Amino acid sequence: MSIAIVQFGGSNCDLDVLHVLKDVVGADANLVWYKDADLSDYEGAVIPGGFSYGDYLRSGAIASRTPIMDSVRRMAEDGKPILGICNGFQILTESGLLDGALATNRYPKFRCEWTYLRVENTNTPFTSGFKEGQIVRIPIAHKDGNYYINDLGLENLEENNQVAFRYVDEKGNATGEANPNGSRNNIAGISNSEGNVVGLMPHPERASEDILGSADGLAMFKSMVEHC
Amino acid sequence: MRYSAEVTVKLKAGMLDPEGTTIKRALEHLGYFPDSVRSAKEYLIELEAESSDMARDQIDQMCQKLIANPIIHDYTIDLREIE
Repeated sequence: MSIAIVQFGGSNCDLDVLHVLKDVVGADANLVWYKDADLSDYEGAVIPGGFSYGDYLRSGAIASRTPIMDSVRRMAEDGKPILGICNGFQILTESGLLDGALATNRYPKFRCEWTYLRVENTNTPFTSGFKEGQIVRIPIAHKDGNYYINDLGLENLEENNQVAFRYVDEKGNATGEANPNGSRNNIAGISNSEGNVVGLMPHPERASEDILGSADGLAMFKSMVEHC
Repeated sequence: MRYSAEVTVKLKAGMLDPEGTTIKRALEHLGYFPDSVRSAKEYLIELEAESSDMARDQIDQMCQKLIANPIIHDYTIDLREIE
């Protein structure tokens, strides 16, 4: 059981994820540089946050076209759990492993703040440790987190229960005010149709220890390790 | 033959364009009141190809594979032969 944390030039949340997986959860996890394009020995992968390739062209676009993503795709097809956090979510949508795209925030500002999320689907390797409808407090830090998908795609996501997390207020209501970036239907994270690939804009690794102000994100990594 | 292409990538009609909206608001502060402002990105690409059709085909592939995201973008290619 070993988890790969994929590093690109410009990744900057890789060490945080490594710390949570190794030191907090006690899992076997390794950093893997994107040029080492073979992940076949790993049981799961995390694509961490950051600004891969400076987010030139579009957030996540260049990283999504690197050979290591072919290896991530094979892992996904094998049913292994793949998690994309923030830039990792952008890379997974750009690579077509997840539906939709991340556009610039409705108010075009970099937003770094705590958000409340409602857990919508507990049938993924990353959300099975939550209760359905549970409200968690996890921070965001992004400028391009406005989740977009066309009407038909949105309908499919909702019908197939692929929305993993939604931005809500403290009481759990998905209001416009609780939506930090203009995402469709307040979507903060989704899964693929099989459920083994999950991407989200908020940073669970920044909410995995009480000393950070919240440990609500820890369940994601614990769940992942149980499924690896 | 050598070709130069100006590739313009813009958000699909109806998609929110915060950059364009912000620029429109700034123009209004300066006393201009355009009906709308939309932003776009332009890429200048030079390449060798046997014909303009082949050059256009290559650039079209570049757009589809990397330069544009078909979920949110439309693009146009303005191609011309150069020395």
